[in-house]
Amino acid sequence: MTSQQIKILMVVVALGALAVIVPNTNSFVILLSTRALAFAILVMSLDILLGYTGLASLGQAAYLGVGAYATAILATTYQFGLGMDFWLVILFGMLVGAALAAVFGLLAIRATGVYFLMITLALGQCVWGLAYRWNSLTGGDNGINLRVKPKFAGLDLGHDVTFFYVVFFLFALSLLAMYVLVQSPFGRSLAGIRERELRMQILGYNTWLHKYIAFIIAGGFGGLSGVLWAHTAGIVSPENVVLTTSVDALLMAVLGGAGTLVGGVIGSFIVFGLREYLSTLVPWWQYVLGAVYVLTILYLPFGLMGIPERIRQWRASSGKQADPKTLASVPS
Amino acid sequence: MTGTSRLRVNPALLGCVALAMAPMSSAGAQEELRIGFVAPTTGIFAQVGKDMVDGFQMYLDEVKSDFGGAKVKFIVEDEQGKPDTAVTKAKKLVLQDKVHMLVGGLLASSGYALAPVSTAEKVTYVVSIPAADDLTQRDLPKYPYLVRTSWSSSQPSHPFGQWACDQGYKKIVTIGADYAFGYEVVGGFQRAFEACGGQVVQKIWPPLGSKDFGPYLPTIKRDADAIFSLMVGPMSLQFPKQLRASGNRKPVIGGGTSYDEFVLPAMGDEVIGHVSALQYSAALDTPKNAAFVKAYRSKYGKVPSYYSESNYTTAQMINQVIRNNKGKFPGNEEFVKQLAALKLDTIRGPVSIDEMRNPVQNIYIKKVERKKMFGYDKDELWNTVIKTYPNVNQFGQFKKAEFLATPVYGRDYPPCKFCN
Amino acid sequence: MDSLNFWVIQTFNGISYGALLFLLGAGLSLIFGVMRIVNLAHGSYFLLGGYVALTVIWTTGSWALAIPVAALTIAVVGLLMERIFLRPLGFDPLRQVLLTVGFAFLFQQAALDIWTGNNFDINPPQALTESVEFAGLFLPLYRVFMIATALAIGIVLWLAMEKTRLGAQVRATVDDAQMARGVGIDTSRISMMIFSLGAFLAALGGVIGGAFLGVYPGLDFEILPLAFAVVIIGGMGSLGGAAIGALLVGLADNFGKALFPEISYFTLYAPMALILAVKPTGLFGRE
Repeated sequence: MTSQQIKILMVVVALGALAVIVPNTNSFVILLSTRALAFAILVMSLDILLGYTGLASLGQAAYLGVGAYATAILATTYQFGLGMDFWLVILFGMLVGAALAAVFGLLAIRATGVYFLMITLALGQCVWGLAYRWNSLTGGDNGINLRVKPKFAGLDLGHDVTFFYVVFFLFALSLLAMYVLVQSPFGRSLAGIRERELRMQILGYNTWLHKYIAFIIAGGFGGLSGVLWAHTAGIVSPENVVLTTSVDALLMAVLGGAGTLVGGVIGSFIVFGLREYLSTLVPWWQYVLGAVYVLTILYLPFGLMGIPERIRQWRASSGKQADPKTLASVPS
Repeated sequence: MTGTSRLRVNPALLGCVALAMAPMSSAGAQEELRIGFVAPTTGIFAQVGKDMVDGFQMYLDEVKSDFGGAKVKFIVEDEQGKPDTAVTKAKKLVLQDKVHMLVGGLLASSGYALAPVSTAEKVTYVVSIPAADDLTQRDLPKYPYLVRTSWSSSQPSHPFGQWACDQGYKKIVTIGADYAFGYEVVGGFQRAFEACGGQVVQKIWPPLGSKDFGPYLPTIKRDADAIFSLMVGPMSLQFPKQLRASGNRKPVIGGGTSYDEFVLPAMGDEVIGHVSALQYSAALDTPKNAAFVKAYRSKYGKVPSYYSESNYTTAQMINQVIRNNKGKFPGNEEFVKQLAALKLDTIRGPVSIDEMRNPVQNIYIKKVERKKMFGYDKDELWNTVIKTYPNVNQFGQFKKAEFLATPVYGRDYPPCKFCN
Repeated sequence: MDSLNFWVIQTFNGISYGALLFLLGAGLSLIFGVMRIVNLAHGSYFLLGGYVALTVIWTTGSWALAIPVAALTIAVVGLLMERIFLRPLGFDPLRQVLLTVGFAFLFQQAALDIWTGNNFDINPPQALTESVEFAGLFLPLYRVFMIATALAIGIVLWLAMEKTRLGAQVRATVDDAQMARGVGIDTSRISMMIFSLGAFLAALGGVIGGAFLGVYPGLDFEILPLAFAVVIIGGMGSLGGAAIGALLVGLADNFGKALFPEISYFTLYAPMALILAVKPTGLFGRE
């Protein structure tokens, strides 16, 4: 078995374990895991940009937002998406996310590095501004309540375990799709762009188009995450599209390890665990969360997924450890 | 207040650690009543959450956590001011801690988020703060296990509109935070004021959280007799100051949260003479309230806000029902029914619950004054009660059936007929 | 209300809000110019400045003393943060940005523990709370004071940048840090100074804005996007750009809210995104 195959096997086993263990815990843990999985799709979509294309976005919550608002508006105003048509809403959510990304991408893709960070921040704030103030559509600050979850073919998504499995299924599909994407020739050329954009241009690649397509794909998965998020939370509000939500997604990706996809999932579980589980135990959970961020960034530039690599390096060079300078050299 | 005072919340939170570690095992011979309390204890609403917890905790301390023989297990969960977190935490309380009832929630959106949880999980929800009208009006049938012990947003506004007419005001401009709570407080006022012949000539809606009122103040119509404001939190501090600096000399009246005791201590002389309406004032001159204010202040170092009073009274009401059942929780339907049948003499005055499970209570018209109160030796700002409307229900002077047939108050309802 | 008065007073309000945003944005812009990092803890400095000022006012009763003490305290916080945490990361913008977020969260919780979550307000001396009547218009003196302060700070900063040796070194670093190092400028020291200057200005803005916006938890992340709008529109690393950006954002915010309330934030951020799309370094930023 190659090391790549071992890694895949480990991920499959871990996911299998998750699917078996979580439904047997109490409902609070099931709910938390469902939330973490739904959000993890957004984090992975961000990782396509951050880890594989080298673009750090500070506006990823916008795609979650449009997906979630689309779901909520369809469900409350048009009673659409509460039966078998739930699957159409899934598709629609992805399309809306991708369409938004297609528009934003035209503006943002030319920028790189910190400038990309800034412009995605500005675009994310545009979406927030509309969600917050366009009362007639979004309900303004109150947001929109989704009182019922979809029911179809004998499945009631209002049931915690059923809903967990639906989210898990869509999550696993997303993970698989994104994994196939980054392993494809297209994904390899993205990595090439991340490493050295100029060289790829000289080789005849249309790097702008590559990045643009990656951006749209990420937007689509962001939209999907939004659809699931809307039903998980039962409420969609501007809180979902504020700057800190985008920042959360970015931090989760880096915490787990950028350029690994599953790192984002680990990051998502850790942050949700700290914020919503640890907060039931201790009042100072926010210090723990802040400290985890600061320490990870200071000492684990490749995130938690980088720990094995870090140990190997440390053993190999016995003390003379390599100090990787940038995230750009993350092993993928 | 510094780090030390935060520690006071800890016993409750530590209690929940213990419970999480050893579920059910500690019950012993004595009955245990588990109350799940949802309030923001971190984030931007943390201090409001602390007032809520302190109010409830103070009552528990007074009765030594003993409700008619049952030992109260008070479990506080942090909703962080976010409705979706409120849902998660409520589920934790119900599913993991097996609480008998949920209490609390802060924002109207939290109330709307928690109510469906109570229905879905079949658990009693005692709404001790969220004031959204429809929880106990048009949406009530959806929430069989919900009962409210606080107020509905437009409840104080109905008598207040009448009061404004009595002052001889003819034309009023309203300026209120642009969200549902604002619509309900302003809408209730407008309906009542126009029912007695007044005219609301302009409605301005600054976004929730606005602190710079520069863009709005110059647009206020000059021919108005008074200004009605509805502000919340930090907005309340800035609006009167900037209004005065803009040269306004008109009388200012407003919704209760514009001047409640949560913001009053940080206010300056610019609010003196402003009039507001609410079901509670810390300056309510009754022996009961005087004792409460003194005890609360010596314990927590500040004057109680309605957030504190409401939760103190909620604890008192729950105790009454449990005592009537000799320390046993009588089940959701029965508990809600018995709570709704209570008539109690509380700190805010006599309280009973109407058939749509919202309190019937006194509404106090209050004027901000700088004076000494309850024997404190410093001049401070107090909400002096200048008129009491006794036993007001959520529909006020309107007929219940007619009221419920109209839409819930919104940005454009009632329509502004005189705005031209 | 006659319409000329309306436009005059709205413009005045917009300019005074812009003055406050200048204090906040100027530091952020300089930090970006010199270090190429986006300081997401900048809003925290603004808020912490307000809180420290409150403590000074509570203990000494002096508003005038609170301004320098708060600004200097936060400048030291910024200095320590730069030296101990940001510098060791070398020149890795993304990790530095994320680190500043981590700190923003830590500051948020610390502020809650130290100053509680009560809503506070900074009360300036009585004289500044009055307003002057001028041609039928009421001009709040505090807004005049904000404009005057921003003007004074702006002029001092401009003189320092243009007329001193240190200023020349800063400008050189903004233009090309590598080249600057090449000609013997200690860019590490420049970074340290600019970072703490940025913190100083943000805290100053927090004290002055405290009387105008209040001091309360959540203000940090509320004000941050506005600071970015200033920097982005004006151009990163440019003092003059920050001034113009602040003015434009102040006016856009004011008129947007007064004239198009439903899309008021959109009218602020959409132009910002468009400007960036056309010119990634902002209107007056250097490539």
